[in-house]
Amino acid sequence: MNAVAFFFYFFSAVMIAAAFMVITARNPVHSVLFLILAFVNAAGLFLLLGAEFLAMILVVVYVGAVAVLFLFVVMMLDVDFAELKEGFQRNLPVGATLGGIVLIELALCVGAWSVGGRALTQVTTPAPPGLSNTAALGRVLYTQYMYLFEIAGLVLLVAMIGAIVLTLHHKRGVRRQRIELQNERTAKSAVELKKQPSRAGV
Amino acid sequence: MSIALGHYLVVAAILFTLGVAGIIVNRKSIIVILMSVELILLAVNINLVAFSAFLGDLTGQIYALFVLTVAAAEAAIGLAILVTYFRNRGTIAVEDINMMKG
Repeated sequence: MNAVAFFFYFFSAVMIAAAFMVITARNPVHSVLFLILAFVNAAGLFLLLGAEFLAMILVVVYVGAVAVLFLFVVMMLDVDFAELKEGFQRNLPVGATLGGIVLIELALCVGAWSVGGRALTQVTTPAPPGLSNTAALGRVLYTQYMYLFEIAGLVLLVAMIGAIVLTLHHKRGVRRQRIELQNERTAKSAVELKKQPSRAGV
Repeated sequence: MSIALGHYLVVAAILFTLGVAGIIVNRKSIIVILMSVELILLAVNINLVAFSAFLGDLTGQIYALFVLTVAAAEAAIGLAILVTYFRNRGTIAVEDINMMKG
């Protein structure tokens, strides 16, 4: 067994075990941590496949952003998680049966399938030789898939604005800075001059 | 023994199955459902990248990048809806979410 095969089996086994723990762990915080483990091992698989850029993006986006988002939400919501888990035993046979059916179907597909002879000749964007994976991806992404790339950016922008709009709420009774009111103030509206006779007291 | 395309496809299939089973088994906990969706999308990504690597075609990796983008957006919006819902109702049990009678 060479090193590539060893690491393939290692990453795959840990990833699948972590994915199994994600769906069975009692505590959702543990689920999130196992999700992080699964994604790190998937990044290892991507490295084995030579997709270095995607491996790093997976670590940055998932481990760095999405997993932390999940952790924040799980920890900030005061939810009784034991109550949410109580249907687990009841749903287990259904889940196992359906999962088994899906797995058997997929296994039949993979078992009966082989790469067609013409597949290698129909490559639309072959990886240019002598370039690193990141440079090759960038060369394709910024030319052939430019519009899709910009639309992907737009999707992220919409998601960001949507998340902010959904979660932002103003507490009543908090005095905030209101710039338009500040700009409206003039010397006339802010200062009142009173005539005070001398030696009369206030 | 070298690792072929089929090996990666089998791993992705197992991961996909775990994601599907996770959605059914944890029907009450929407956070675990969202994590299962992430697992399913990861399986799809592994498929795309494996095909891309073994066919020498970069398109698969580009698509994996877009899937990653959509998955991140979906997680952000889903969790934001979850936080808003929890703030309004004080619970996140999926079975109680029937305000729209859908």
